[in-house]
Amino acid sequence: MELSQAGSASPSAVMHSVDDIHANIKRRQFWDFVFALVGLMSLLFALITLLTLIVDLAMTGVPRLSTEFFMNFPSRFAERAGILSAWVGSFCIMLTTAFCAIPLGVAAGVYLEEYAKKNWISQIIELNIINLAGIPSITYGLMALGLFVYKLKLGQSILTAGLTLGLLVLPIIIVTTREAIRSIPNTIREASYAMGASKWQTIRYHILPYSSGGILTGVIISLSRAIGETAPLITIGALTFIAFLPTAPVEGHFPFINFKWLMDPFTVMPIQMFNWLSRPQPEFHVNAAATGVVLLVMTLIMNGGAIYLRSRFRKKMKW
Amino acid sequence: MELQLRAEVKNLLFSYGDKKVLNGITLPVYENRVTALIGPSGCGKTTLLRCFNRMHDLYPNANYQGEILLHPDRRNILGREIDPMEVRMRIGMVFQKPNPFPKSIHENVAYGLKVRGVKKKSFIEERVERSLQQAGLWNEVKDRLNSSATALSGGQQQRLCIARALATEPEILLLDEPTSALDPISTRHIEELIQELRKDVTIAIVTHSLHQAARVSDYTAFMYLGDLIEFGASDQVFTNPKDSRTENYITGRFG
Repeated sequence: MELSQAGSASPSAVMHSVDDIHANIKRRQFWDFVFALVGLMSLLFALITLLTLIVDLAMTGVPRLSTEFFMNFPSRFAERAGILSAWVGSFCIMLTTAFCAIPLGVAAGVYLEEYAKKNWISQIIELNIINLAGIPSITYGLMALGLFVYKLKLGQSILTAGLTLGLLVLPIIIVTTREAIRSIPNTIREASYAMGASKWQTIRYHILPYSSGGILTGVIISLSRAIGETAPLITIGALTFIAFLPTAPVEGHFPFINFKWLMDPFTVMPIQMFNWLSRPQPEFHVNAAATGVVLLVMTLIMNGGAIYLRSRFRKKMKW
Repeated sequence: MELQLRAEVKNLLFSYGDKKVLNGITLPVYENRVTALIGPSGCGKTTLLRCFNRMHDLYPNANYQGEILLHPDRRNILGREIDPMEVRMRIGMVFQKPNPFPKSIHENVAYGLKVRGVKKKSFIEERVERSLQQAGLWNEVKDRLNSSATALSGGQQQRLCIARALATEPEILLLDEPTSALDPISTRHIEELIQELRKDVTIAIVTHSLHQAARVSDYTAFMYLGDLIEFGASDQVFTNPKDSRTENYITGRFG
């Protein structure tokens, strides 16, 4: 037969009998099998390593967890030491970070996606935002030390830390905001503009509400990254041993709330962990493991929340 | 009733970057009549329709030359000094694929009033009801105005989009292949609707279906490769075309 001989280099490459075909399929299926095996092994290797780490951490740390551990300040006696100042610090800084980074990041993302002209300048900006997301976090610490601590004289405060981590996660929020906005089909924009809506009305009534699920996911993921950051906070001078809380934000007299806590010194959970790990006594290492468990659980909860929100919004938004 | 001009397209050239899409279209649009734009894919009929409400302004590199005069004030809606928002407030549009907002039925219909800053509740309620009635959707949705518009069927969604466009009483209603994504029953529904609506509003419709153009339109414009080949009363264009290209197209020899 002349079938398909024209295109192939040697006539023997063309199969004629059913047996040939079977042999050929077997050969190719073998490589399928090999790759599947290699993939599975790699996956198991990664998972088992991770699991060992987590189990080890949990076995050491979990027994140490108790109400006192959360309600005590650090102490030179390992059994009396707790993470009160650390988790309060982490919480206050997350709050400040979210407060700075969310409006900035979302606004920048919306601007880039909906307002900015698509030309080479916007492409350079886009490239640099992606680059910013990959810069080592300690670089942000150095920048913050020079700018916030020395130039703006904000001190080694919760505000400085919040701003620093805010800058650190800003690119993540911008990128996820843009992705969320890009997933809104143009037909929706056209529908809104065709009704005579302005750009801002289109953003306010459609773009922001429909992308809020994606934006929220990005925010949570960025905060779960910020909560584990240590290097930039050490650079700006976070304390490693702190036995008092920031000023209470509520007070008994007018105007009842204050923001003095923003200017207070702080420590955070990963720094507390680092501090305990650097001590020789093994009892402190147990404390560090317990703090690690707390951090891990918090990250897990935050990421879980992000996944839940994403799936919920996906179900709600049909185009 | 005497025939009156509602809009006039005068020597309209349109290009996307270097790509010329319309090469000088001149076309009247008569008040309270249905004007159909027909022609094979890529002839520029949708492009022409989207010029009427400056939809191209949403995308970069759109370039208009020539005029579309909106009567009776004879303003050139393609003029650089005219804000596209002004044009879109006067001319409504329904798209090829039903595109209701993922919000409630009520919010969808009231949207045009909302963006215009209309606050009066009773007025909005009245308008929502009237528009839904005009679009033949009222009886199906009156008990669930607050449920999501995306739960409606495709045909209902498209009628909702028509109601949404009607709520602000547009001077011209643009329909861009409004039934191409719908089943035959929904299509018939919408065609009947178009017949009803022409009493109240001037309609320009782009359609792929010659039968649909013959059924619903009073005037037909046949376009080919960015040129307007023939314009006339629909019965004349369909029974006795002047241009051989029109004849070839409507008899199915190409397209």
